[in-house]
Amino acid sequence: MRVKVLLFGQLKDIIGRQEDLLELEPGAKLATVMTHYAERYPKFQGLSKSIACSLNQEYAQGTAMLQEGDEVGLLPPVSGGRS
Amino acid sequence: MTGGKIESAELRSEHCAIVRDPINVAGIKKELEHPEDGAALYFDGVVRNNTRGRRTLYLNYEAYESMALNEMERLAQAALEQFKVRQVRLVHRLGRLEIGETSVLIGVASAHRAAAFEACRWLIDTLKKTVPIWKKEYFEDGAVWADGEAFPEEIRVNK
Repeated sequence: MRVKVLLFGQLKDIIGRQEDLLELEPGAKLATVMTHYAERYPKFQGLSKSIACSLNQEYAQGTAMLQEGDEVGLLPPVSGGRS
Repeated sequence: MTGGKIESAELRSEHCAIVRDPINVAGIKKELEHPEDGAALYFDGVVRNNTRGRRTLYLNYEAYESMALNEMERLAQAALEQFKVRQVRLVHRLGRLEIGETSVLIGVASAHRAAAFEACRWLIDTLKKTVPIWKKEYFEDGAVWADGEAFPEEIRVNK
């Protein structure tokens, strides 16, 4: 199955693209997508604890199951700023 | 979808907007305020001229726009419910912003000021932690993505 992955902020710079189409085995979870990038990009791996994921534009956990055509967002910490 | 290739027009929901042109503060005030309010409170987030003493030239904001608007609207609804304020507005601007320009405006209208202060503080603090908007800071000798604030535990993927 295919899912669309959107990359933002520094993740977009690390991976060099804003968007990817990934071909995944049935039964893949959001964590599968995280692992896909962590294995290929050491800098991504280094940030992985601080990343959040979205599934179809809602925050979701690594255990969330993926379906054909899903839209996954990989989100580095948002712009923040000291209060 | 993001600040890059597709420059979307303004996005709006019931209480929120994501815009590319300068934020129309006077227009938002007019839209928000009502004679039954005893308090109208605004947080105006502006582009600062330095980060830890390093001179900033300008900023570029980008977002996961559709999700950002959904998250902002969710915060607006939560604030109305939680703090019992009468009305709220959240507007964020994307793209290149110059020093002194407004990047985010939050308005809260309420019968009494205490609830307005609490709601406004909660809205900006929560927006800064959970709404998917990022900023890149441009300095004289390069550009960096600003260090974001850690996501709240419940939305991190690897705990």
